[in-house]
Amino acid sequence: MDADDVQRALWRMAHEIVERNHGLDGVVLVGLQTGGISLSARLADALEAIEHTRVPLGTLDVAFHRDDIGLRPVLPEAVTTMPVDLRGTTVVLVDDVLFTGRTIRAALDAISHYGRPRAVQLAVMVDRGHRELPIRPDYVGKNLPTRRDEVVDVNDDGVDLGEMVR
Amino acid sequence: MTVSHLLSIADLGAEGIDEVMGLTDSFVEVSARPIPRVPALRGKTVVWLFYEDSTRTRLSFEQAAKRLSADTMNFNVATSSVRKGESLRDTVLTIEAMGVDAIVVRHASAGVPWQIASWIGASVINAGDGWHEHPTQALLDCYTIRKHLGGVSGRRVAIVGDIRHSRVARSNVLAFAALGAEVTLVAPPTLLPPSLTGWPVTVSHDLDDVLGRCDVVYLLRMQRERMTEALLPTLREYTAGYGLTARRVDLLDEKALVMHPGPMNRGVEISAEVADLPRSLVVDQVRNGVAVRMAVLYLLLGSGVAL
Repeated sequence: MDADDVQRALWRMAHEIVERNHGLDGVVLVGLQTGGISLSARLADALEAIEHTRVPLGTLDVAFHRDDIGLRPVLPEAVTTMPVDLRGTTVVLVDDVLFTGRTIRAALDAISHYGRPRAVQLAVMVDRGHRELPIRPDYVGKNLPTRRDEVVDVNDDGVDLGEMVR
Repeated sequence: MTVSHLLSIADLGAEGIDEVMGLTDSFVEVSARPIPRVPALRGKTVVWLFYEDSTRTRLSFEQAAKRLSADTMNFNVATSSVRKGESLRDTVLTIEAMGVDAIVVRHASAGVPWQIASWIGASVINAGDGWHEHPTQALLDCYTIRKHLGGVSGRRVAIVGDIRHSRVARSNVLAFAALGAEVTLVAPPTLLPPSLTGWPVTVSHDLDDVLGRCDVVYLLRMQRERMTEALLPTLREYTAGYGLTARRVDLLDEKALVMHPGPMNRGVEISAEVADLPRSLVVDQVRNGVAVRMAVLYLLLGSGVAL
């Protein structure tokens, strides 16, 4: 995917979010550190262009909620900001790549500390498969079959597939 | 750098202190959440081994451990087998055999945390050993200064009072100097250590003179329980010469901060009205202490990162 493909996918996902939720009432976007931050901001811009309202935009670092603490180095990469109480809202988690699902599981745990959302949905730019938990995305930019040892990089120039550098 | 214990500030160095500071920012955020608890240390057990009195340090560690979902055990010396004559080594080995991941120790003798660390595999955190060190206090003080002044490097810090008996002074001098602060010790000669060789500090006996040119006044508690010799004629004379009174506060720069590790002797090293000024950060220090201790526990027990 090049940068234009990513932007088109974002537009489509924004429309799907509006369609699924019958508008943007009570919708809150939460970008996951670090890959989901810029995507969630761009998604918020797209939603504003479509519906002319600005949805609350939060960020979440799940480092302390991970289940692989102690198995590998886990340090928070950036801060968490939650602009609103999540009780009764529809939270759309935004991340760049969905892989094992463990980050999302940790995010669901973390989210529950900010109140009880009415629903939690998941938007990812790339679903690369290899899930280890029963988690599926609601909005997908692209389904990208990968090998487990490949690396998927989503950046401003698009999506790259590379080999793990050892 | 690999550290599995926190015994001395010297083990961390500037790099290690910075790492703790950065992580503390994250835990300050966690502490501000509606439910200030994360599962990071679930299944880990931390035991408090306090051979000396403490309120804030023990409660602060307790709060930190609970916010990380660790299990905690309290060891109360007064009601333990120590009273039946059990040695420190046997006590520690017994506790370790029950399966603990970290021991937070405070003891009246310097060096005890090192001794314990040599006996067991669990992480040892020094919560104060005699007159020697109190590293988590130094870390929370560095964090507090950084939050209020933007950094520690280049700041002029005056540490005032009973330097001789103060573990806080020793750890803080190491930490402040490691981060590039200029440290001045202000105390009557009897309350200074016998030798300051190798200390990265300057010494003054004139508080009024120092107050005009410092960014932080760090007051130490007069440790009356440790003063077995007659080091001072009277406490009133100490207050007259070295207490931070309302008159002396006016000598400070407008933005200068007043800090104290607590517990305060109001009317001795700090006057009651000065203790309650907005520039006095005593309460802030305590608040930051919880987040700093979360960072220390997380780094030693949870992160998988070599500190």
